[in-house]
Amino acid sequence: MMNSDLLYSPTLESAQPQKLDSFLDRIGELINGGYQPLAFFGTDEKLIYALMGRPQELELICTAFPASSQYPSLTPEFPAFHIFERELYEEYEIVPLNHPWLKGLRHPSHGAVKFEDYPFFKSDSRLIHEVGVGPVHAGVIEPGHFRFLMQGEIVEHLEIQLGYQHRGLIGLLCDGPLISKMPLAETIAGDTVIGHGTAFCRLVESLAESSPEANDIRILLLEMERVAMHLSTLSALAGDVAYIMSQNLFAALRTTVINATLSICGSRFGKRALCVGGVNYPLNKTLIDTLKVKMQKCAVQIKYTSEAMFASNSLLSRFDDTGKVSHEDALRFGFTGISAKASGVAVDARADYPIWAYPGFEVQTVASGDVYARAYLRYKEIMQSLHIIQEVLEQIDPAAPIQAALKELVPGKIAISIVEGARGRIVHIAKSKDADKALWYRIIDPSLTNWQALAMAVAGEQVSDFPLCNKSFDLSYCGSDL
Amino acid sequence: MINILSIIFFPLLFMGIIHRVKAIMVGRKGKSLWQNQRDFFKLLQKDEVLSQSATIISRMAPALSLAATITAALFVPFLSTKAVLSFRGDFILVMYLFTLSKGIMALAAMDSGSSFQGMGTSRELSFTAFLEPAFFLIIAALILSVGAGSLSAIFALQNVVSAGIWNVFASLFIAIALYIILLVESCRVPFDDPATHLELTMIHEVMVLDYSGFSLAVIHYTGALKIFIYASLISHLIIPPYSSAVWYLLVLAIVYIFTGVLESLMARFRMNRNLELVLVPLSIAMLTLTILLVLNTGVW
Repeated sequence: MMNSDLLYSPTLESAQPQKLDSFLDRIGELINGGYQPLAFFGTDEKLIYALMGRPQELELICTAFPASSQYPSLTPEFPAFHIFERELYEEYEIVPLNHPWLKGLRHPSHGAVKFEDYPFFKSDSRLIHEVGVGPVHAGVIEPGHFRFLMQGEIVEHLEIQLGYQHRGLIGLLCDGPLISKMPLAETIAGDTVIGHGTAFCRLVESLAESSPEANDIRILLLEMERVAMHLSTLSALAGDVAYIMSQNLFAALRTTVINATLSICGSRFGKRALCVGGVNYPLNKTLIDTLKVKMQKCAVQIKYTSEAMFASNSLLSRFDDTGKVSHEDALRFGFTGISAKASGVAVDARADYPIWAYPGFEVQTVASGDVYARAYLRYKEIMQSLHIIQEVLEQIDPAAPIQAALKELVPGKIAISIVEGARGRIVHIAKSKDADKALWYRIIDPSLTNWQALAMAVAGEQVSDFPLCNKSFDLSYCGSDL
Repeated sequence: MINILSIIFFPLLFMGIIHRVKAIMVGRKGKSLWQNQRDFFKLLQKDEVLSQSATIISRMAPALSLAATITAALFVPFLSTKAVLSFRGDFILVMYLFTLSKGIMALAAMDSGSSFQGMGTSRELSFTAFLEPAFFLIIAALILSVGAGSLSAIFALQNVVSAGIWNVFASLFIAIALYIILLVESCRVPFDDPATHLELTMIHEVMVLDYSGFSLAVIHYTGALKIFIYASLISHLIIPPYSSAVWYLLVLAIVYIFTGVLESLMARFRMNRNLELVLVPLSIAMLTLTILLVLNTGVW
């Protein structure tokens, strides 16, 4: 295992405010050195932070708010910053000059940037017509608005507008003792309970400079969540092209997996499974053995079902070459998780910032960047996760303690925790205020950056393929709405 | 009389077969064959909500569409090979009653003022444009084969075991062409997915998106009746003339079961490839017509 210390205390010495010029220059240097922006945000201390990372290395830099409330935008040169700069602009009214599409992100009621002031991208061409979908959708889906500029059946441009949920999550996390926020952290994205839960726990533990127990049980739950989510996406993908065979079989298999999670912690989505300092429920010998057998069986069934699905010509004719994201775009825009790996970009927090040994771990990628790539990659990742699950189950010691005693937070400390959730890299970063509260807390869900991938994938595609493309990314609305 | 009873009872019942087969194919138990009837009566009792921009067209369309389809059904042979109404050349009326039914629904879809419905209408009508000539060419081929008459007579007389090897081919080809027309007209997989909730991928469903309650029940029944008409024509095309109703029901059931199996084993086509396949019945009909022409005129 690599130096896990890195995860607990990255080079925070450099987190002293720099001059704006040197801050921007440093970001340029880092990106040219292979770094990606993991987070970029303003805080109430009137500081702009940038968390940059490349495999096994993190660097946190910051600068004071510019006196003129404006600075030259990083986006034209490094598009990965586009969504972060919009967020910064909305929250603190700092204008990134020359940002190509400066518009609010979540439209909080108190923000000076009003929704009405920012129209959707329009075209005056008489050949183009607009179709708006949402924010209320057919089916039980979260709210989000999709504005298509279409020429006939072809999508010329898609603009995605989220921010209808106004959950105020960031504020709530800082309001009251951080340790009591576990239930809130589990709802950051309801289908990534373990992903965000683990990130939250590790962050608090790191702020308190204590080390948790039962890390392997967390890893087990995390991988089971990944398997369950990938299965549900594969099921929905098959459903979107009316291939009901795989739709039903994958849905049934997902139930098997989430029921296994249920047998561990009493919740199919893993709620209440984690706690700061460890986990809430021990695994006994019988349960470990049952899980081993169950997951083994599951692996065989998933293999057969997937092989049948990926051999179906009618399904492949829908998946192949639909909704392409190029390798260059995936790199430039800093996509993470499935969205990047399906375009051949090997980013995976389990390899880059591991929180467990993961013996023999190799980042799974598929090169083609289309719906097929994202579907097939999910299958590959499921098999990989099932393998990891067997390894973890092998290592779990039923007699080991499952909770460490809680310590107080170290005031004024910045901590970072990075976890690879099913959708991609989850980054939590926070600064402690006193012994139990956070001064600020930021969450960067993979969906925030990856929604752009969807907009790029559907450009030039048939509008009727949009739902399929959308599902192939399977992004979270609430993960971005916070 | 027996045909009128068929028109009333069979369409929704046979739709149940497709749902049941699909469920069994994927390992579920599936809903009862009578569930469609129950849903129908449940919907009949419900209130309706209409779009604010809806005019009288939206209100009248489902009923008019149903009326047109039922009138068309009166000319079609069902359990009894003798249709309720028939006259020489009635197939032209039947075809245009279908078109009328669809045209009214298209108008109603535009009437609701939703951008989705316009999109669905343009998709659906683009298919109809190719199906209409296909249907007429099929009829033309049949007339060449068995002589002119009414729709019921033509379909009752033509069959796979009647005179000549070429007639057998012609019947089978026409059955295939009619079956593809059935799939397209009734919006089944692989052309359309009746189960989807995604407006952007819908064809027929999106046209009726704004309907609820009584109108929706009427629309569901009209759709079921349409499949039933095409399936009956296929069935009569295949079975020998004046054979017992049991054979008719058997072939009918096979058509429905086959549809269920097909839907379970296939994904939908990509929208832009649909048109290619809609052209298939047209091509088949032309091919069959050519074969029969050559045969009958004795050129070959």
